[in-house]
Amino acid sequence: MSSRHVTDRSIELMVSHLLRAGVTAAGLVVLGGGVYYVVRHAGEPVNFHTFTGAPSVDRILPQIVAGALRLRARSIIQVGVLLLIATPVARVALSLAGFALERDWHYVVITAIVLAILLYSLITGAVQG
Amino acid sequence: MTVAEFTPIVLGAALIAGFLGSLTGLGGGVVVTPVLTLFLGVDLRYAMGASLVSVIATSSGAAAAYVRDGFSNIRIGMFLEIATTLGAIAGAYLATRISAGILSIIFGLILLQAAWQTSREHKASSRLVPPDPLGQKLKLNSSVATESGIEPYQVHRVKLGFGLMFGAGTISGLLGIGSGSLKVIAMDQAMQIPFKVSTATSNFMIGVTAAASASIYLSRGFVQPGIAMPVMLGVLAGSLIGARYLRRLSVPLLRRVFAVVVGAMAIEMIINGVRPYL
Repeated sequence: MSSRHVTDRSIELMVSHLLRAGVTAAGLVVLGGGVYYVVRHAGEPVNFHTFTGAPSVDRILPQIVAGALRLRARSIIQVGVLLLIATPVARVALSLAGFALERDWHYVVITAIVLAILLYSLITGAVQG
Repeated sequence: MTVAEFTPIVLGAALIAGFLGSLTGLGGGVVVTPVLTLFLGVDLRYAMGASLVSVIATSSGAAAAYVRDGFSNIRIGMFLEIATTLGAIAGAYLATRISAGILSIIFGLILLQAAWQTSREHKASSRLVPPDPLGQKLKLNSSVATESGIEPYQVHRVKLGFGLMFGAGTISGLLGIGSGSLKVIAMDQAMQIPFKVSTATSNFMIGVTAAASASIYLSRGFVQPGIAMPVMLGVLAGSLIGARYLRRLSVPLLRRVFAVVVGAMAIEMIINGVRPYL
């Protein structure tokens, strides 16, 4: 029983570090891309009153990455958004590994279901568009 | 308005929304959406996309602290996330199909409920139903540190809680909010989990729930980088400041005042939604 608690606690601490690191990384990327975006596009008008949808370069994962590699400011912001979306997904993956180490098979299955749902959403959404 | 004007205004509004949202327990994401749509004229779907992104940031940041302090029950969270993520995907697809007017009305109603719940003092629910054997089987029962030492707790009505969590996930994906108050109702009222554990576990679950619908929002063009950037940075900074003050202040009066302001915005959202149909 006590060994289970020790492992539970170490999973909790790892999860805590991972969440903090993910949010910090995403925040810094969005901040960097954001400053660059404001500097580059300062005088351009904004029109967010009517919904037209973000262009595909800001919607589809491979195009976002390609845009960021060309140092396109809005693509860098979207990479930060993707890092942010990836943070809870990585947290679930880490919990899966933790439950496997504890040999808690009930929770390995439960966590695998959640991970599968998240990956389904990512693949049908951001990757395929 | 130009980028150089729009960005700092949104950043400031998001900062205040994040600060007050975290101080009152309502959440920054649910407050920033009506501010963007009602005061800055941003389309509701862009506001929802930006808000959902900021929800992942604030809940992950807060969850890091709660998990470290041992208040979140990771097993309860994990198990109920099956329901919230499925609900979130259903809600996000629904959001891409129904009109902005209907979305606005539903948003107003949910906001009204959240404002009402926030304005009340929390009352402990009556512990009348017997513990659920399913809670034992799924190892959901645990213990929590209180002023009078470590207290064990047992989980009740697991199936009802699971069903309510699907609903909370749907609302989260439909409106781009964390729906923390609905998650707390499911755990605290239905499953009779101690309030402190309910709120900490709810926060732990919000990020995963939001991630399930965020990729759908992103692929449907709801996440405009020009709006999402200042909203996410502003709400995140505001929530961090709010969380710091929360430990020093007792805020019942602020909560009541804020609930009235949010309630007024909720009614405005409903009116905006109904107007095109008149």
